[in-house]
Amino acid sequence: MEEVKLTSLVRSSGCNAKLPPGDLHKALDNLPIKRSEKLIEGFESSDDALVYDIGNGRVLIETVDFFPPMVDDPEVFGEIAAANAISDIYAMGGNPAIAMSLMCFPSCLDISVMRRIMEGAIRKCDEAGVVIAGGHTLSDREPKFGLAVTGFADKIWSNKGARPGDIAVLTKKLGVGLLMTAHKAGENDAKEAIIQMRTLNKKAKEAAEDLDIHAATDVTGFSLMGHGYEAAVASGITLLIESDKLKFLPGAEEAARFGFVPEGRYTNEDYLEDKVDVPESLPLYRRDMLFSPETSGGLLLFMSPLDAEKYLRRFPDAFIIGKAIEKEGKSVRVI
Amino acid sequence: MKELDTSGYSCPEPVIMTKKALKDSPEGLIVIVDNRASKENVTRYATALGYSVETEEGKGNWKLKLSK
Repeated sequence: MEEVKLTSLVRSSGCNAKLPPGDLHKALDNLPIKRSEKLIEGFESSDDALVYDIGNGRVLIETVDFFPPMVDDPEVFGEIAAANAISDIYAMGGNPAIAMSLMCFPSCLDISVMRRIMEGAIRKCDEAGVVIAGGHTLSDREPKFGLAVTGFADKIWSNKGARPGDIAVLTKKLGVGLLMTAHKAGENDAKEAIIQMRTLNKKAKEAAEDLDIHAATDVTGFSLMGHGYEAAVASGITLLIESDKLKFLPGAEEAARFGFVPEGRYTNEDYLEDKVDVPESLPLYRRDMLFSPETSGGLLLFMSPLDAEKYLRRFPDAFIIGKAIEKEGKSVRVI
Repeated sequence: MKELDTSGYSCPEPVIMTKKALKDSPEGLIVIVDNRASKENVTRYATALGYSVETEEGKGNWKLKLSK
């Protein structure tokens, strides 16, 4: 059978395929969800995963994430989908342990493609110390893959503990959504974006283990602005983003200038427009870079200036994006 | 001026179509777009290439006039 390009089968890809946050809130807000005493983080919070008290000071953390391919190589897609799904466990300060796979697979593809996606996922899971213990497969016109991952922790990092004075640190560069859109148009090989998406947030998390992390999340489809907003609202602070401190993957700026901007950038901005403060003077391409979806993005960590200094020494890929201040006007302010 | 209809296509397709069409008519082009992302992205692309863009709103679509 002729090799079919994975990305030619999908309309949108990666975390860009997420339903816009505005629609999601319309559908899900105020549902009659029952509460469980043991559920520490559940449906009502916008945290990255559920957290369940299993006693003896231990918690179970569970998350699910799946999406259509953004690359043609099935193994690389499997690696990216696994790294992205596992990331939510790291974002909660947990150690991932077991996973179930979710696969949607088109009949036009050779079945060996499915095997290669799984091989990629297993390789990434091995690296994270995760065992895939089963899964579920559907026949679908568009391929999609991801994992439901379970992890454990003694102490969790939620997204609601950021305090005024905290430094906000991001552990991966921005610009994946822009570069992958340019890549889809044949304008960019997106090599560095692909490397970054395949990279687990394991080391980023481990470097922070003995520090006092006040709040954490990971930056994916809702963009730096969206995930920063969620953490700021949950924490009751204002996140001040210093735009000249942000780091972007090479080529991201050019992709934005030439209109290779993912659709999710616009739906993210529609949802956040009245909730965040972005100066009119900020160049359009910078605005694109702030609101564009990321796939398998970095951890956004809030900690004291002293801990931030220690952390940046241990994990030099990370960089400061700004700080938490007393709530003042909008929840996110870009300067 | 030549007209290019990108209705029904989602990004980055309309930008790719515009790029190809501008190769054939570098002096200018009218591009029909039917969603906000395409409108914004085609405008960014044309502006980056030094075209000026006039936008006219229609029923459920926009007409972008790209000229040098």
